[in-house]
Amino acid sequence: MIRQRLDLPLAEDQTGRFLVWIMAVMIYLAFIALAGSMVLAGMAGRWENGLTGRLTVQIAPMPDQSVPPLAQRTEVTLALLRSTPGVVRAEPVGSASAHKLLEPWLGNALLDDLPLPALIDVEVGAGDSLDAPALAERLAGAVPGARLDNHAAWLADLRILAHTAQMVALAVVLLVGGAAVVSVVFAVRTGLAIHSPVVELLHIMGATDSYVARQFQTHVAGLALRGGAVGLGLGLATLLALRLAAGDTPLGLMPDMTLGVREWLALLAVPLVAAALALVTARWTVLRVLTRMP
Amino acid sequence: MIRFENIGVRYGSGPEALRDVNLTLEPGSFHFLTGASGAGKSSLLRLMYLGLRPSRGTITVFGHDVADLKRADFPALRRQIGVVFQNFRLLDHLSALDNVALPLRMAGVGEAEIREHVVELLHWVGLGDALDAKPPTLSGGQQQRVAIARSVIARPRLLLAAEPTGNVDDSIGMRLLYLFEELNKLGTTVVIATHNEGLIARFEHPRLHLERGSLTVVAAGTPMAPVAMPTAPVLPAGLAASHPAIGSWLS
Repeated sequence: MIRQRLDLPLAEDQTGRFLVWIMAVMIYLAFIALAGSMVLAGMAGRWENGLTGRLTVQIAPMPDQSVPPLAQRTEVTLALLRSTPGVVRAEPVGSASAHKLLEPWLGNALLDDLPLPALIDVEVGAGDSLDAPALAERLAGAVPGARLDNHAAWLADLRILAHTAQMVALAVVLLVGGAAVVSVVFAVRTGLAIHSPVVELLHIMGATDSYVARQFQTHVAGLALRGGAVGLGLGLATLLALRLAAGDTPLGLMPDMTLGVREWLALLAVPLVAAALALVTARWTVLRVLTRMP
Repeated sequence: MIRFENIGVRYGSGPEALRDVNLTLEPGSFHFLTGASGAGKSSLLRLMYLGLRPSRGTITVFGHDVADLKRADFPALRRQIGVVFQNFRLLDHLSALDNVALPLRMAGVGEAEIREHVVELLHWVGLGDALDAKPPTLSGGQQQRVAIARSVIARPRLLLAAEPTGNVDDSIGMRLLYLFEELNKLGTTVVIATHNEGLIARFEHPRLHLERGSLTVVAAGTPMAPVAMPTAPVLPAGLAASHPAIGSWLS
């Protein structure tokens, strides 16, 4: 039977094997960089969502006898907050909850001896424009040791961190993509040099440049897909290992590795995008080289 | 069909391999191309199959001045030219069938049609039982027949062959030349480069004779002057004395 096959004996080339492994490593690195960026972005987004529209009031314990006790100052603060326009809810964070939050960091023994501040969780209504600096001033004037934290500075840092991580990931992906393109160009040019007599023969017989380019692009895309499958497998294994490792650590020390459907689809598309990039690069390289033939 | 006007070919800074070649191949003509080794036969064939640009002069192929053509125009012209190379230039990793199918695949012919025509032609050239054989497993004569089948499968308007009967016995050689004649009768212009004077004598076709890069068109049936035997080169006395075997072989 006549089978559809390559006119050029590209499958016998040694360069093919090296390209599979180069592509596997490239795709693994791109996969990890993207996954890392997505995990960080997701984590930053969840924190931001959790903190937007929320304020925390902290009332420090004060040894000074002239200052009213902490419980009394907390009540005054709650009353002030609940009477402030825009505040939907103001609830004290119970000492048990505060202990639970701090326990992974400080341990039980130390917590018992520490004078902890009173915390009030404040929820601001969506669409309400609360003047946080004015409220902070009022609180500081009315309740000794009271401090309003609107998380703005922390959120700004978080945004910068997430943005930087995404930029680093993008740079890694671009570098990896550039290296992959260079590898494909090298492999294709080597293939053209090795098979120049056959390429010349096809040329003489009336093959168009596109016909010859198709031979290379089909071959290279196949190699890239094989490398991509290996890289993707390694990437998934790495994510799984990190997720298992994260499960054994105390809550909060490792980021949540959960990714959405869209993120997973993007990650699974990495080998396909790489194969498409390899295909286009191979075609472009062959067409460029062939223009030098008469 | 093909017209060469004042063609000259020079490789690098060496002497001209072809000089002042003027030639017209009418559609449906049949010519033998003769000349000693190095006379310029290969260069002339390369010019004809558009594998080489002349250093000077004008080439017109199928009514197109080659100098005026864009690069993208050449493949379609080349597909109308069948070439049998002296060293066959078969693709070793492809079967005989796939080798012969190449020109049809390039032309975008469907696989069913390709198989039908290729199998028929390979049977005709006596290779019906070697359809799936790879060239390295075929004899020189069989490889040559695959190469010839590949050159004619797409019904070219111009067929160029370099020593197409060099590796086959006389009966197959005659059979192949009859194939070329049949194609010629169907309108294919044929140029066959050969040293086989016996074969040339059996066919009434004019010849294009090259001598040191200059072309002469010789009418059919005109006897050629016998080729002068080369004289033995004179070795430097010292070398001949130190290598008596070389001296005796030359003498």
